[in-house]
Amino acid sequence: MNTAAAQATLSFTDAYRLALDEALESDPNVLLLGEDIGDKEGGGVFKVTKGLSTKYGAHRVRTTPISEQAIVGAAVGAALAGMRPVAEIMLMNFVTVAMDQIVNHAAKLRFMSGGQTSVPITIRTRTGAGAGTAGQHSDMLEAWFAHTAGIKVVVPSTPADAKGLLSSCIFDDDPCLFIEDSLTRAATGPAPPPGHRLPLGKAHVARSGSDVSVIGYGRPLRDSLVIAERLAQEGIKVEVVDLRTVSPLDTDGILKSVAKTRRAVVVHEAPRSFGVGAEVAARIQEHLYGQLAAPVLRVASRDVTVPFAKVLEQEYLYKPTAIEAAIRRTLEAKAPR
Amino acid sequence: MSTTQGVSPRTLLEIYRSALLIQLFDERMRSLISTGRMAAVYYSPRGQEILAAAMGVNLTPTDYLVTTYRGVHDQLAKGMPLKLLVAEYAGKASGACKGKGGAMHITYPAAGIMVTTGVVGSGLPIANGLALASQLKQDGRVTLCNFGDGASNIGAFHEALNMASLWKLPVVFLCQNNRFAECTRYEDGTTVAHVAERAASYGMRGVTVDGNDARAMCLASREAVERARSGGGPTLLEAVTFRFMGHYFGDPGAYIPKEEYAAALARDPMPACKALVLETGAASEAGLEAMARGINAEIDGAIQFAQDSSPPDPSEIERDIYATGAPA
Repeated sequence: MNTAAAQATLSFTDAYRLALDEALESDPNVLLLGEDIGDKEGGGVFKVTKGLSTKYGAHRVRTTPISEQAIVGAAVGAALAGMRPVAEIMLMNFVTVAMDQIVNHAAKLRFMSGGQTSVPITIRTRTGAGAGTAGQHSDMLEAWFAHTAGIKVVVPSTPADAKGLLSSCIFDDDPCLFIEDSLTRAATGPAPPPGHRLPLGKAHVARSGSDVSVIGYGRPLRDSLVIAERLAQEGIKVEVVDLRTVSPLDTDGILKSVAKTRRAVVVHEAPRSFGVGAEVAARIQEHLYGQLAAPVLRVASRDVTVPFAKVLEQEYLYKPTAIEAAIRRTLEAKAPR
Repeated sequence: MSTTQGVSPRTLLEIYRSALLIQLFDERMRSLISTGRMAAVYYSPRGQEILAAAMGVNLTPTDYLVTTYRGVHDQLAKGMPLKLLVAEYAGKASGACKGKGGAMHITYPAAGIMVTTGVVGSGLPIANGLALASQLKQDGRVTLCNFGDGASNIGAFHEALNMASLWKLPVVFLCQNNRFAECTRYEDGTTVAHVAERAASYGMRGVTVDGNDARAMCLASREAVERARSGGGPTLLEAVTFRFMGHYFGDPGAYIPKEEYAAALARDPMPACKALVLETGAASEAGLEAMARGINAEIDGAIQFAQDSSPPDPSEIERDIYATGAPA
């Protein structure tokens, strides 16, 4: 009989909770702030923090008023005083309410103080289209923050990665924005070993291949792995590179893969224009112009507001079929002589 | 308005010395900038010296300070070293922030100066976090959060005061009501007669005091700081004052009626405090003159230090973005 541990799986929600639980257990400076996160309020709208206020006390797992500026501001101040606060902003569109605290303060205080102060906060937030939540509850806004120096932007694509990356964010000495996907929250995967952490700023080759590199993060990365498995039956060897950290971007990791395959497709859920895909494509051509066998393609959602009606929402969202089509198009391109 | 008893001659003298440093420093910075010897965006605290000094004597070196771009009086009253301050104004590598923040963003944690923000109202939520850390660690620190009357109309003020009161945080919110939010009169932007009235909405203690009266300001500050330190929660303390040099340095101030300006000048807090000090016998006229000479010599030394310092090395742009390493 195999050991139970080798068979263990966990969901994304379990993974987030596990990372928070371990952090609270191991460091008295860890502090959770957010709306409804205490057990008195049900342990969070998405139940991620369920049980934690009972275990560690409502003074460390603090339910806040609906005050995003005050939540992030309190996290910034507590971090300046040496704590490691984790602020939960229920949905990513609500992060916009706290932009001043995140962009002008959390991201910049280390630099503007000449390194005298630091803001080791983690902002956990959740988003994603596909559940009919429309234009104010679905946006992937990671590119906005990737455009600001000083804040790290992290998006996991498996439960084990979610655990490892969230733990690293909490104990990182810089502010981190940790983006959780709404739709896949109940999806499960192999459980990581206790104390599991993953390095920030490092991409991961989730599947090795030699014909084309698919580079992405989050939900479309999961789709890409399914597509790569299917294409393997046709003999197409797709390499799938999971960025894990959107910013700072692991340029070396991306280039290493594309230098090998000479073809790249960049995938993300956020709208196509001015997105992370544009930056990845630009870096690839800056470094590998003469070596590419095909133009770098992007698969992303449409440049419109996320709509409500199912048919419109699907029209907005990137399509797994488009990822497959982009891979084939890239492979059909004539290699330069 | 609060009572004016209970401030010792020695404390009054301490307040006056701190305020005099602010006044003389401000005069020198304006002179350096107006004669082209220094290029800095500068917001003069002239007229607001006493309130900062009278608050400062009630704080300990480890108490936290959060202030705004018009914050040099708050920083000096909290113990900001002059050399690091002037060098930062001058954008030198020897400045407190290595020339990366400038006059609007002075930071010096060694004296508890944690944040100087250039964004109106942003300091209040951050002050709550500092105070929350103190409450959880039970380290006995108080956080002083300074801002102007204009900041009382931004959303962060409301969110922060509600949270501070809810959690009984050890913070003092000091609203320096200098009668103008940038160029807009207080009355043209705010419906209540006193900012402190707003405290009632949060179940918080609200106090309005004459910020130009050294004794009244000292007593009101002491009460607010002691309340915070002893677990009694936050206070919204409104210090009524006047800003003599306009919003930004070089502001012609055409929006201030001449009679109002003249009346405010007649209530300049500096001569009034000096008279009070002399009256108590804590110092003589000659003693105060010697004090001013000593302060000016210190300022001279700081200016010289800044002038002799080098600008940052261009490679400095890659440092302090993240804890380790530069981005790709």
